[in-house]
Amino acid sequence: MIRSFAMFAIAAAALAQTTPIAFTGARLIPISGPEVPNGVLVVQNGKILAAGPAGSATIPAGAQRVDASGKIIMPGLVDSHSHIMGPEGADGSAALQPDVRILDSLDVRDSRLQKAQSGGITVANVMPGSGHVLSGQTLYLKLRDGRVIDDMLIRLPDGSIAGGIKMANGTNPRRAAPFPGTRGKTMAMARDLFIKTQEYRDKVRAAGGDKSKLPPRDLRYEALIDVLDGKRAVQHHTHRHDDILSVLRLAKEFNFRVVLQHVSDAWMVADEIAAAKAPVSLIVIESPGGKLEAKDNSLASAAALEKAGVLVGFHTDDGILDSRLFLRSAALAVRAGMSRDKALYGVTMANARMLDLESRVGSLEAGKDADFILLSGDPLSVYTKVLETWVDGVKVFDRSNPKDRLYQTGGYGSADRQSALHLHGGEEDHR
Amino acid sequence: MRYALMLAFAAGAFAQNIAVKGDTVHTAAGAPISNGVVLIRDGKVERVGPASQVQIPAGFQTLSAKVVTPGFVDAHSVVGLSGYQNQPQDQDQVERSSPMQPELRAIDAYDPNEKLVEFVRSLGVTTLHTGHGPGILVSGQTMIVKTRGNSPEAAVMVPVAMIAATLGDGARESQPGRSPGTRGKAIAMLRGEFIKAQDYADKLAKAEKGKEPPRDLRMEAFARVVKGELPLLVTVHRANDIISAIRLAKEFNLRLVLDGVAEAPMVLEEIKASGYPVIVHASQHRSDGDAENISFETASKLRTAGIPFALQTGYEAYVPKTRVLLWEAGIAAANGLSFDQALASITIDAARILGIDKRVGSLEPGKDGDLAMFDGDPFEYTTHCTGVVIEGKVVSSEKR
Repeated sequence: MIRSFAMFAIAAAALAQTTPIAFTGARLIPISGPEVPNGVLVVQNGKILAAGPAGSATIPAGAQRVDASGKIIMPGLVDSHSHIMGPEGADGSAALQPDVRILDSLDVRDSRLQKAQSGGITVANVMPGSGHVLSGQTLYLKLRDGRVIDDMLIRLPDGSIAGGIKMANGTNPRRAAPFPGTRGKTMAMARDLFIKTQEYRDKVRAAGGDKSKLPPRDLRYEALIDVLDGKRAVQHHTHRHDDILSVLRLAKEFNFRVVLQHVSDAWMVADEIAAAKAPVSLIVIESPGGKLEAKDNSLASAAALEKAGVLVGFHTDDGILDSRLFLRSAALAVRAGMSRDKALYGVTMANARMLDLESRVGSLEAGKDADFILLSGDPLSVYTKVLETWVDGVKVFDRSNPKDRLYQTGGYGSADRQSALHLHGGEEDHR
Repeated sequence: MRYALMLAFAAGAFAQNIAVKGDTVHTAAGAPISNGVVLIRDGKVERVGPASQVQIPAGFQTLSAKVVTPGFVDAHSVVGLSGYQNQPQDQDQVERSSPMQPELRAIDAYDPNEKLVEFVRSLGVTTLHTGHGPGILVSGQTMIVKTRGNSPEAAVMVPVAMIAATLGDGARESQPGRSPGTRGKAIAMLRGEFIKAQDYADKLAKAEKGKEPPRDLRMEAFARVVKGELPLLVTVHRANDIISAIRLAKEFNLRLVLDGVAEAPMVLEEIKASGYPVIVHASQHRSDGDAENISFETASKLRTAGIPFALQTGYEAYVPKTRVLLWEAGIAAANGLSFDQALASITIDAARILGIDKRVGSLEPGKDGDLAMFDGDPFEYTTHCTGVVIEGKVVSSEKR
C-alpha cells in the first residue's frame, strides 16, 4: 500500500510539473472577477497559467486539452474550521496549552480527508477542539493525497508551517478545575497568559540575539510570540453575543489578529464586529439550538454581517457539518439574504484571507496555486455534484472513479472501519 | 376516539375556506397540475384541479404561490420531546432508569409550544410522527400530531402510534453491570418480554370478569405489540442488526417498521422479502458508529429494490438539534430519487407507513387541508417556504 501511495504521488507530481492542461468551454467562477460564461483555465507546474474568457488566454502548444463544456469551474473551496483526520490537541491537564501541536496527532488515512476532497475542499484549517481556553496550534493544510502529514503542510516563506492558535470562550471551556468556572475567570486566564508571553517576548528581544542572555526556552510562550507579533491569527471559538465582545476586547488589549469562529449571535453584534474589523468564520446551522449558546443562531447572520461590512467566510466544523455539503452553507446564506457573490467569496477567498493564504489560493488567477473544482451545475444548487477536485495541479478526486465516488456518496467501505482494515495488513489500496 | 372527536370540534371552530393557487401544484396523487387551484372548505380539501376547471367560490380567502405541495409528513422525529436548548430540563425522549419502558406515553411529554415545532412547521411540516427516541432498548411510545395547537390534545392525530426500540450499539448500556451489555443480550431481553406479554394477553383474554390479572402498564403496552395492534419501530443500522430485527419480528409475528437502516443496501433482498416498511435515516445522518457506512443513496437503493420507505429527520443529539425535512428530501433527490419520489417520501409514502393516508399526505378531495407554499423548487436551498396551511388555517406566512 505504501508503495502504491508513493507511485501515485510521483506520477501525479510528474504530470503536474510537465504538461500544461487547458480546460475549455466551462463557465468560470473566478471569485476575483465576474463569472465567465465560456472560459478557459490553463494550469501547469501546480500553478494557474491563465484563467479568463475563451480567446483571452493562449493555450500553450502541447497542452493537454480537456473539454469542460457544460460544467462550472471555480476555485477549490477553503474551509476555515475543520476537524478532519482526528486532531488531538490539549488534554485535561490545563485550560491553556499553546505548546500542543495537532501536527503531532493527525491521521492522513482518515476517510474524512477523502470525503472533504469529494466536497471540493482543497484547503482546510484543521483545529483542536473548543473544550479549552486555548487548545493548541492549528494547521492550514492542503488537502493533497498525503502519505504522511508533511505532504499536506503549507510552508510559509520563512520555512515555518502555516497555522493558527485555537482559543474558545463561553460554555465549552467551562469545566471543573483546572478549567475556568465562569466567563470572568476564562478571560482572566487568557489575559494572564498573554501578559506572561509579553514578558517572555521582551526578554527575548532584550537578549538581542545573544544566546547567553535568552530566557530558558518555554514552548508555551514561544508559540504565542507570533500571535503578539501579528504573524499568526487566533482562531477563536465564540457563540454568545457578549462572548463575542469579550474576544474583541481581548484582541484589542493585546493587539492580536483574531478570526471569530462560529459566532452564532453574530446578527446581534454585527456593527461591533465591523467596527473591530474582525473577520467572521461563520457556521451555517439549519435549525436553532442544540446547545444553549446556539439557541438564537440564525441563517440571517451572514446577510447581517455582509450589510455591516464584515469579511464573512463559512466553515464546516466537520463533523458538525459534512464537508461534502460545504457549498450548502453558501446557498443557505443566500436563502437568508446574502448576495451570491459574497456567499461564494465566503467559501473561497474570504477564508483564504482569514488563513493568510490569499496570495496563493481562493481565486482563479494566474500565478496562484492550481486548486480548483469542476461542478456539474450551479454551486448553490442542491442537485449539483462536485465532479473533480484538483490541488496544486493534481487531481485528488474524480467522481467517475468508483472508489472516489464511494467517498462522495457514502456506502460500505467509505468509513474508517474499512480504512483501518486497509492500514492493518489489507492488500487493497483505498486511494 | 375521544381525541379524534375533540380534534374535529377544534378544527371545525377555526377552519377557514381557502383557495390556494399555484403555478405548479404537486398533489402527491398524480401528475403535477400547472396553474392549479386547491379549494379547502371546513378544513378539508374540496377540489383540486386546473384553474380553468375550478371556480373559486365567493368568500374564499385566496392565496397564491409558485409551487404548492401537500403539507409534509415527517415519518420519524423527536421534535416536541427533545427540546432545542438541549439541556436536561427539555430532553424527554429517553428515560434511562430502565432499558425497556414501553409504557411511557408520548402525549405526557409532547410540548406543542416547543420552539422546534414552530420551526419545522414554518418549513412545511404539518404532520409529525414523534415521541420517545432511539438510544435505549425500548424507549417508549410514539404519537402522531399536527404541528399546531396549544395542548397535546389539540395537536394529536394518533395518541399511540408505535413502540420505539433500538438495536445494535445504540441499545448497549454503558454502565458496567447494566443490561443489555451485548447484542445477544438485547435480543434475549426482548424475546423474554414478548413471551411474558403473550402470556399476559392470553390470561387477560381467558380471565372471567373480575378475575383479570392485575394491571401492568408495561405488559399492556407489549401485549399490544405482540397482538399486532401496534408496530414495533426498531432503529437499527448495521446489516446484521437489521437481520436480527427481522428474525425477532418473524418469531413473534410483529408489525415491524425498520428505522434508520444505514446498511440496508447490503441486505436489500432480506428486507424486501420480509415485507416490512422502512423509515430511512435522514440524508445527513452522520457517518459514525453503527452508521459509519451510511450513504446519501440509501433511499434511492430502497426505491430501486421496491421496498416501501419514507424519509425522516430522526434524532439529533447536538447541533443541529433537528434536521429540516425538505432539505433531507432534497439531498435524496440529488442522489438518485426523482423529484416526485423524494416528495412522496415526505408526504404520501410517509402517511401510508404511518397508517394515516386517508387523512393526510396528498391533496385529494376529502383529505385534510394541509399544504405548503414555495417560491420555487422546494428542494433548492435558495427557495423559500412562503406559507403553510393546516386544515384550512394559515399557520405560517413568514417567508422562510
